[in-house]
Amino acid sequence: MADRLPVKKTYKLFVGGAFPRSESGRTYEAEGQNVARASRKDARDAVRAARAAQPGWAKATAYNRGQVLYRLAEMVEARIPEFAALCSGRDEVEASIDRIVWYAGWADKLAQVLGGTNPVAGPYFNFTIPEPTGVVAVLAPEEPPLLGLVTRLLPPLVGGNAVVAVASETRPLAAVELAEAIATSDVPGGVVNLLTGSRAEVGPILAAHMDVNALDLCGADGETAELESLAADNVKRIVRGRADVQSPWEIASFLELKTVWHPIGT
Amino acid sequence: MSELDERGGDLAVPDGWTYAPAPESRDVVRLRERYGHFVGGEWLEPSETYETLAPRDEERLAVVGQGTEADVDRAVGAARAAYADGWSALPGPERAKYLFRIARILQERAREFAVLESLNGGKPIKESRDVDLPLAAAHFFYYAGWADKLEYAFPNRRPQPVGVAGQIIPWNFPLLMLAWKVAPALACGNTVVLKPAETTPLTALLFCDVLRQAELPPGVVNIVTGDGRTGAALVEHDGVDKIAFTGSTEVGKAIQRRLAGSDKRLTLELGGKAANVVFDDCALDQAVEGIVNGIYFNQGHVCCAGSRLLVQESIYEPLVEKLKRRLETLRVGDPLDKNTDVGAINSRAQLERIEELVASGREEGAEIYQPPCTLPEQGYWFAPTVFTNVAQSYRIAQEEIFGPVLSVLTFRTPDEAVEKANNTPYGLSAGIWTEKGSRILWMAQRLRAGVVWANTFNRFDPTSPFGGYKESGFGREGGLHGLEPYLDFGDSEAFGG
Repeated sequence: MADRLPVKKTYKLFVGGAFPRSESGRTYEAEGQNVARASRKDARDAVRAARAAQPGWAKATAYNRGQVLYRLAEMVEARIPEFAALCSGRDEVEASIDRIVWYAGWADKLAQVLGGTNPVAGPYFNFTIPEPTGVVAVLAPEEPPLLGLVTRLLPPLVGGNAVVAVASETRPLAAVELAEAIATSDVPGGVVNLLTGSRAEVGPILAAHMDVNALDLCGADGETAELESLAADNVKRIVRGRADVQSPWEIASFLELKTVWHPIGT
Repeated sequence: MSELDERGGDLAVPDGWTYAPAPESRDVVRLRERYGHFVGGEWLEPSETYETLAPRDEERLAVVGQGTEADVDRAVGAARAAYADGWSALPGPERAKYLFRIARILQERAREFAVLESLNGGKPIKESRDVDLPLAAAHFFYYAGWADKLEYAFPNRRPQPVGVAGQIIPWNFPLLMLAWKVAPALACGNTVVLKPAETTPLTALLFCDVLRQAELPPGVVNIVTGDGRTGAALVEHDGVDKIAFTGSTEVGKAIQRRLAGSDKRLTLELGGKAANVVFDDCALDQAVEGIVNGIYFNQGHVCCAGSRLLVQESIYEPLVEKLKRRLETLRVGDPLDKNTDVGAINSRAQLERIEELVASGREEGAEIYQPPCTLPEQGYWFAPTVFTNVAQSYRIAQEEIFGPVLSVLTFRTPDEAVEKANNTPYGLSAGIWTEKGSRILWMAQRLRAGVVWANTFNRFDPTSPFGGYKESGFGREGGLHGLEPYLDFGDSEAFGG
């Protein structure tokens, strides 16, 4: 017998800044652990938490959002060994950290790169600015478990959206670890919500949800047509995201463009 | 105070004064009796036809084709051939020059197009002459200049054309919507199959003559006329790489569902129920003009129309009083009369929809006001209408009427105005009227709409991106942003890892 019995972790959901078990009480076994299996109600609770948190996150200054996301990179850096054990290894963790830093730096540059003033033919001042689309549902890819999630999570986040993400079904532990890093990084509760469980069960609920504005189908696999059809009920923006891509245009997929006119006169 | 002041003599036309008729001559338009589909630079004899009317008096203007699946298939084939045959590989500066030519020819033939637009669509000649035509030409001119500068629009990307674009446009701004669709598609190196609206095909068919004059290679632009069945055939055709649709949210959702799981690109510009928010510190007379322009421009057949007026309580009575007086001066009548402010409703079906929604407004308890005006006996007409005493739950406050019908609601605080303005599944446009600069920007930040007009309304420009939030659609038309829906980018690898 060992001198000391280790304390094992309970792998739970991350909703509204808290770590609840599934309201259904269900778990499933993945990577040798019992992991919470989110229900339809958990998915709806997560959307509600995201909707409640989104305006505050969008209203934070871009400088502030950038700093908060940079802080997330710091939190992951501090746990490199833990993360490395839950994905393909140290390289994947380092790539994830660098990607978070890269996106964090975009927060206060987006408006200048994606927006601008428009030289209309008349006495009007006219400008276009990017704004978050609102609540974004993300189906994270199965692999790589950490970098894939980070790749899909950061673009909507840096633009001021709130996210409900469904983790890799077969390798969810890295996502739960990431939730713990997010919880200690000054990201306001509800801005990121992470669900573990069956994608086939939760995906359609998020795709059809009338208070979700955009849907990232990166991890959708064979269910794309069904999910896209459900998403049409409220004209969701659909992104078929890739698991390993890094670009400001990824952020733009989750932004709306608003154009404002005002007359010029004395 | 003189009697004249008391009754608002500054606006109202004294009794007994009338405007003499000032009809624009329609001789400038020479219509053929029958039109086919424009496919591969030639007229394709249609297997099915219908008659297109003048909504002002139901005059039969011409027989046009009801496009079948076979017609659409031939048009897509012609577009694909033209794409592969050289249009997509044509150097940007050469593509640009074709578009510049089209812009110039539209300017030269503007009067002809304006008259035909008013004849077939019912909108006042004043508007087709001063708004639709100049903007359509400007749109081609603007995008012409982009054709050889695309790599500057998207730094670090490699813009490539998408392929064949299927474009479906509405009947409220027939030629202008054609320009919004065709100009950026061609500038980006795509070829096009365009389906005009069922009730307004004629300016699109006349546009084919502009293409002939511009010597655009055959098949680069193909036009198939018909109703929703023709549109559905275009949406479903395997040879189409991208669908761009402007129309109702209902049809937009159906298209999005239809394309679920396919690799076709999609942009949607759908309905709206815009709030026009008037604060108590606004310039009242200017606001009244803006309200009138916001909802009665083009008979209210405008997706971004300011159909929900939100008035701050403290100025509700004087504003509604002024608005009613202003309505008395609107001249409703012959679209071809140069004095007409409000023309004919576009179709019988649309008139019935307006009548049905207006009846629902009365039944639900709103108070209706219509200025005294004599409507012509023939054709499709509806008097400018204001509903007061409207609750947010009424259908006239929630559904897009797409007619000259304004619903007036009130608010007390800016927060309440924002909440009411955003209380809709739509998000295309919004208006703000206040003299306080910081409040304009505060409001503009919070209104969930793609276009916000402050102290103005219903302004459009080719350089200015236009498009919706929420169920008003996705994608932008106009400006640099309007290029993106017509481009593919082979750059993803460059950014990967």
